[in-house]
Amino acid sequence: MESFQPKNKRTMLKERIIEYFLISAAIISILTTFGILFSILFEAIEFFNLKSFTYFITGSHWSPGTDHSEFGAAAIFSGTFIITAIAIAVALPIGVFSAIYMSEYATDNVRTTVKPLLEILAGIPTVVYGFFAAITVAPAIVQLADFFGLDASFNSALAAGIVMGIMIIPVISSLSDDVINAVPDSLRKGSLALGMTKSETIKDIVLPSALPGIISATLLAISKALGETMIVVMAAGMNANKFSINPLEDMTTVTVQIVTALTGDFEFNSPDTLSAFALGLILFVVTLVLNIVSVMMIKKFKEKYKMSNL
Amino acid sequence: MKKTNNNNVFYDPSLAKRHRKAKVFKGLALSALVISLLFLAIFLSDMVIKGKSAFLQTYIQVEVTYNESTVKSYRKAIERKYLNLVSRSDIRDIPLKMKHDPSLMGTKKLQWILADDQVDMYMKEKYYKLKSKDLKALKNLIENNRVEMRFNTLFFTQGDSKIAENSGLASAIIGSIFTLLVTMAVAFPIGVATAVYLEEFANPDSKWSSLIEININNLAAIPSILFGLLGLSIFINMFGLPRSSPLVGGLTLALMTLPIIIVSSRAALRSVPASIRQAGYGLGLTKIQVVRDHVLPLAFPGVMTGSIIGLAQAMGETAPLIIVGMIAFIPDSPSSIMDAATVMPAQIFTWAGMPEKAYIERTAAGILVLLSILISLNALAVYLRKKFEVKWQ
Repeated sequence: MESFQPKNKRTMLKERIIEYFLISAAIISILTTFGILFSILFEAIEFFNLKSFTYFITGSHWSPGTDHSEFGAAAIFSGTFIITAIAIAVALPIGVFSAIYMSEYATDNVRTTVKPLLEILAGIPTVVYGFFAAITVAPAIVQLADFFGLDASFNSALAAGIVMGIMIIPVISSLSDDVINAVPDSLRKGSLALGMTKSETIKDIVLPSALPGIISATLLAISKALGETMIVVMAAGMNANKFSINPLEDMTTVTVQIVTALTGDFEFNSPDTLSAFALGLILFVVTLVLNIVSVMMIKKFKEKYKMSNL
Repeated sequence: MKKTNNNNVFYDPSLAKRHRKAKVFKGLALSALVISLLFLAIFLSDMVIKGKSAFLQTYIQVEVTYNESTVKSYRKAIERKYLNLVSRSDIRDIPLKMKHDPSLMGTKKLQWILADDQVDMYMKEKYYKLKSKDLKALKNLIENNRVEMRFNTLFFTQGDSKIAENSGLASAIIGSIFTLLVTMAVAFPIGVATAVYLEEFANPDSKWSSLIEININNLAAIPSILFGLLGLSIFINMFGLPRSSPLVGGLTLALMTLPIIIVSSRAALRSVPASIRQAGYGLGLTKIQVVRDHVLPLAFPGVMTGSIIGLAQAMGETAPLIIVGMIAFIPDSPSSIMDAATVMPAQIFTWAGMPEKAYIERTAAGILVLLSILISLNALAVYLRKKFEVKWQ
């Protein structure tokens, strides 16, 4: 037995080392989050030391790279908001109704073929959507607007918004599909037994029960639309000084301005470059809040129906 | 209550209307699904229609003169009337070729030369800009069967170029491979180790492991462009790694791929039944031995599937790579992970912004190549899952 002792000790030591390696791997994911937070935060603080925070939030004049650079991002925020709103207006009805069809009406065969097809939409790289928006959708919108006697820009918010909407359909449909499936069957059967039609059952019983899940899916979709970069870089406008609510005009977004600021020939420590980090900080905070609220809502839904695999 | 012709007290006069409404509702749901599939179909066919012509390229047969004046100026190698029809990229090397092969001097040869992009556009019946005398010369060549469409091998062997007909995907493909090698070399071991720690070692109820878990969920939902900001300020500005290099791009993508690998590896580890572990302990194995020799090999197909899906996602990512500078004009393939490089989606983005019409079909063709690689990767993942899936009793 004595000859076993040292070998055993060595094994114990080895086990210890491996365990420490595993723990340090897990710590890297935490480091990444804090790395993102702090790298953005520090540069953003540096920016706000040079430029006013209140003007950044409320001001409407954005002119980096000039002698008297001004950084008022209000028009950028409004453009981001409108493009996101268009995307959600496209994706929410289509996504939710697709989910309803798949979980309530479709046969198993249809489900197993259609679900992967919808997932393809989610797997297409965003740069590809951007090309589609800029080359196919935007000119089509200009022609259509022309037909109705309207004037549309080739960088219209509508083109970027619609294509972004197509991109986030699967986000809404697959999560909604999961939550609608999770609504207990007894609720449906009870409603049908009382003489409700199938559509009445879905509208009045299933959807209200699944509502927290659908809202959570929508929040996630909003956060995805806010952070989407390539579609808007390729199809939306650059002008950060124009307020408009007309979706046929060109608008710009937070992500477009981040890319513009960081691909220009500015010094790294100039406010022109640092403005990208200030915009990034706003984006980080907003998407983080949306994600946390979304996760909390889905958690409540899970607890209500005691399910574990969402 | 209105009297009805049947005596059923439960009869609801609005029933027909309600049934009609139910039908309309079902139609609505179906049409939503059809619309989203229609989008997919329109989108894919649009890319095929726009991109398929780029796989063919026009060549024309002209007489090449090798003499003293050709050495001085490559423009003298071709008859004047055809000069605007051929690609500059193909004839500018002629003096160099003569230097390597002196026997060419003083000869004349009928040769197939790559055509100018406007000629190519004309042959593909697209919008073209040719002067009327060039067009006349071209029509003359066509009549004499001296114009030919060939498979576009240049598209796969050349790097980016400012000359549309000479530009290809090769350097972007090499750049993508280097970048993804870095990504997987970093993300795979760290991701699997994190998953093993969370599933096999950590106490699932502890604050510590729930902190890691929340963190991973958040990481998966952070907009990709913010990872680019991280890469720029930490990898480039703090560590001083070279801008535009596959090393920086790969590290940035690795952090984005990490959550995907962790989540799928955890699911794979969880599906290995507890009886395997208990049998291992019963035989006196240590925890590490059980995990390394029994649990991990059984979970491996699931881990691989998740990693391939993560790889496919990293391959299509553009925004963070633009921020770390992998978008510059790079005609040559990188030879190491420290060289400046571009990747496939970034190349597509660059071409999409080019003013010449000839780049549109190249962009779409690049998209077709990228999409087919992504679809094959995903198909491979599905195949692996199907083939190695173990159904535990």
